[in-house]
Amino acid sequence: MFSYYLDLALRSLRRNRVLTALMVLAIALGIGASMTTLTVLHVLSGDPLPGSSGTLFYPQIDPRDMDGYEPDKEPPRQVTWTDGQNLMRAKRGDRQALMTGGAVPVQPAQSSVEPFYSDARYTTSDFFPMFKVPFLYGHGWSASDDESKARVVVITRTLNDKLFGGKDSTGQTLRMKDLAFQVIGVLDTWRPNPHFYDVYMGNYAAAEDVFVPLSTSRDAHFDHNGSTDCWGTGGGDQEHAETSPCVWLQFWVQLDSAAKVAAYKEFLVHYSQDQKSLGRFERPPNVRLPDLMAWLDINKVVPGDVRLQTWLAFGFLLVCLVNTVGLMLAKFLRRAGELGVRRALGASKREVFAQLLVESGVIGLAGAIGGLLLAFLGLWLVRLQPSSYASLAHLDLKMLLITFVLAIGSTLLAGLLPAWRACQITPALQLKSQ
Amino acid sequence: MTVQIKPILSALRRHKAGTFLIAMQIALTLAIVCNALFIIQQRLAHLSEPTGLDEPDIFVVQNEWVGQANAEQVDAKMREDVSVLRALPGVQDATTSNSYPLRGGGWDDGIKLTPDQLQDTSGAAIYFGDDHFIETLGIKLIAGRNFRAEEITSMNVRDRLSPPVVIVTKALADKLFPGGDAVGKTIYLVGGPTTIVGVVQLLQSQSVDRWAAAFAYRSVIVPKRLAISLGGWYIVRARPGQLDAVMRAAPKALFEHNPRRVINDDDGVLSFSEVRSRAYERDRGMAILMGVICVVLLAITAAGIVGLTSFWVGQRRKQIGVRRALGATRQDILQYFMTENFLISCGGVVVGTLLAVAINLWLVTRFEMHRLSLVYVLVGVVILLLLGQGAVLAPAMRASRVPPVEATRSV
Repeated sequence: MFSYYLDLALRSLRRNRVLTALMVLAIALGIGASMTTLTVLHVLSGDPLPGSSGTLFYPQIDPRDMDGYEPDKEPPRQVTWTDGQNLMRAKRGDRQALMTGGAVPVQPAQSSVEPFYSDARYTTSDFFPMFKVPFLYGHGWSASDDESKARVVVITRTLNDKLFGGKDSTGQTLRMKDLAFQVIGVLDTWRPNPHFYDVYMGNYAAAEDVFVPLSTSRDAHFDHNGSTDCWGTGGGDQEHAETSPCVWLQFWVQLDSAAKVAAYKEFLVHYSQDQKSLGRFERPPNVRLPDLMAWLDINKVVPGDVRLQTWLAFGFLLVCLVNTVGLMLAKFLRRAGELGVRRALGASKREVFAQLLVESGVIGLAGAIGGLLLAFLGLWLVRLQPSSYASLAHLDLKMLLITFVLAIGSTLLAGLLPAWRACQITPALQLKSQ
Repeated sequence: MTVQIKPILSALRRHKAGTFLIAMQIALTLAIVCNALFIIQQRLAHLSEPTGLDEPDIFVVQNEWVGQANAEQVDAKMREDVSVLRALPGVQDATTSNSYPLRGGGWDDGIKLTPDQLQDTSGAAIYFGDDHFIETLGIKLIAGRNFRAEEITSMNVRDRLSPPVVIVTKALADKLFPGGDAVGKTIYLVGGPTTIVGVVQLLQSQSVDRWAAAFAYRSVIVPKRLAISLGGWYIVRARPGQLDAVMRAAPKALFEHNPRRVINDDDGVLSFSEVRSRAYERDRGMAILMGVICVVLLAITAAGIVGLTSFWVGQRRKQIGVRRALGATRQDILQYFMTENFLISCGGVVVGTLLAVAINLWLVTRFEMHRLSLVYVLVGVVILLLLGQGAVLAPAMRASRVPPVEATRSV
């Protein structure tokens, strides 16, 4: 029966090509726009570390003085050097990492490559296991390397390709700012989206190319990049950044159970109280402990424009569907005569209804294919944009399936009213006028 | 020629579904189009805000140093670079700064009027500049004086920001001293007190993002050179018509003077028009997208109206024939369908107006947008009414050509 309906549907669609084309085009445009924006939103609001994001937390404490104090205002989004070191030493989490961003001049040994600046991450040893960073060659550094300010460096695959032609470069020397560093590890392709561990370096930035121990970066006078927020007597130049009242470091902690999370929050309150009684902190304890996904929310990493565009596209789809309902209504009712004959020959209302729905399903399928092509085109246009997330906009299998379900489902829904109205035709009346 | 509203209404009552669908489509389209037009206008207004600079003649060079150097060495190298740039033919003036308008980020600070004040009186963008800064940027000094050469000192990135004198923008001066007598007054930066010696007309902030909107034109120029090994920016103003030549000559001259530096190939040297288009590319993209959506949406709505009206005309051929036989002119038939569409459109725009306002209120709470001005609703209403009349014209003309003899046919 289905194949017969399908045949009828195709015949009927062929009979009135302009109307059919108009319906398919409307659905294709609506679906194309919705899927383009939905894919971008999907890519941008994804979980950068699926499976472990629930165990990663970003402690926030408030070390500022009473200037501009308001109770319950959000604490700073970074920590000071002193607090970062204290929290690292306390080792209350399963793992912890203290880090900040920067840029270093890389001076290749080959004279053919000009010196260039690379984005760098200055961090502590747990960074690699904590964020499940994949290694192509070698490994990260150890806690003792952190202690001893070892001149070691981990580089990305991209930089390894550029400097060492993709060969295993562990053991080689890399010169940065006139100092020699030993390469101990090369990362495999790694691009967590968003760039969650430091949102000040660009929400969707690629991972930095150079990783060195935080202590080493201070020792080598590497430049710090990113947000620095000072208060009170502020200042203290780069050389004295360790003692200045400024927040400029990110601190992450891994907590593997709910009990540990509660305990850690307690610990942060106690720590703040202790620091207050020591006279370092002035404000009453104000701590937060968002997990990774909550942290992304707080920082509003998904651009508002992208959300707005998604809503707009779905509004657009709705208009396209209303339009299709109208056109389908016209099309089905125009065939009142034909349907009347079928009814008179014994087809039940149900059968006529089913037949018309198959027809709208076919329109939906055609719309889905057209919409998919338009979505590919749309995403290609998005990728041409210069924004940092543009290159991420690709359709995955899940979004592909959603496209078809959305297109066919919404067209079937759009077909319900016209099909129902067409079923109500009284066969006798139609026959009489033939 | 009387308008036959009553028969139209009774006819519409027999096509409830179709009527409702067209009205719905018009309502939704109106709601989306006038909000989109409003967003477009806001974005366009945003991206035509002035910087205060002599933009056509200015370009910026981002210079980064290679190798270890202390602050004094960096400062000396920067001063040499600036004199190299000033000596180039075709250069009107050059300066060095920590930032420039529309760069996307930079240093900002809270300004206080008394040292023990708890809340800042205003935020302000901080620009480092020497005695050539005002001349190079082409901004206008409207009160007080420029910096003197001996007032310019060097500063490391996290030194306390406490210059003895500063120049502020008029917007900041008006905020701090509404009486208009800012010159000679003392204000407090994070590092301590300082005296305002001059006021410039206009100088935009480093960022045009929402977070910087609170202090958009409130800027402070401090008589400093920022000496950091990460490097800084050289701002160069070419003589009129010489921009391209100077932009090519400048990096060459800098490398000749001192090769131990990095000037990025992609964006190391940017003309100000490039800076502007980079700063606003998101706003421009959004405006274009909204515009495309509006046009396509209107086209789809028009197509829908044509489709349904054509169907109605086809359905009513006999009726039309009877009316023609009874003496209705072609004009009357045309008018009938035009009026019918007008009535449906009116229903649609009434619902659409409510919907547009509702959507806008929701956008205001979710996306920090402004309230929709009713002008946009009005423009949208006119557009859609015209669109409806235009779309219905072809099927209505066809209807008017139905011959009276149609009345005698049986189908």
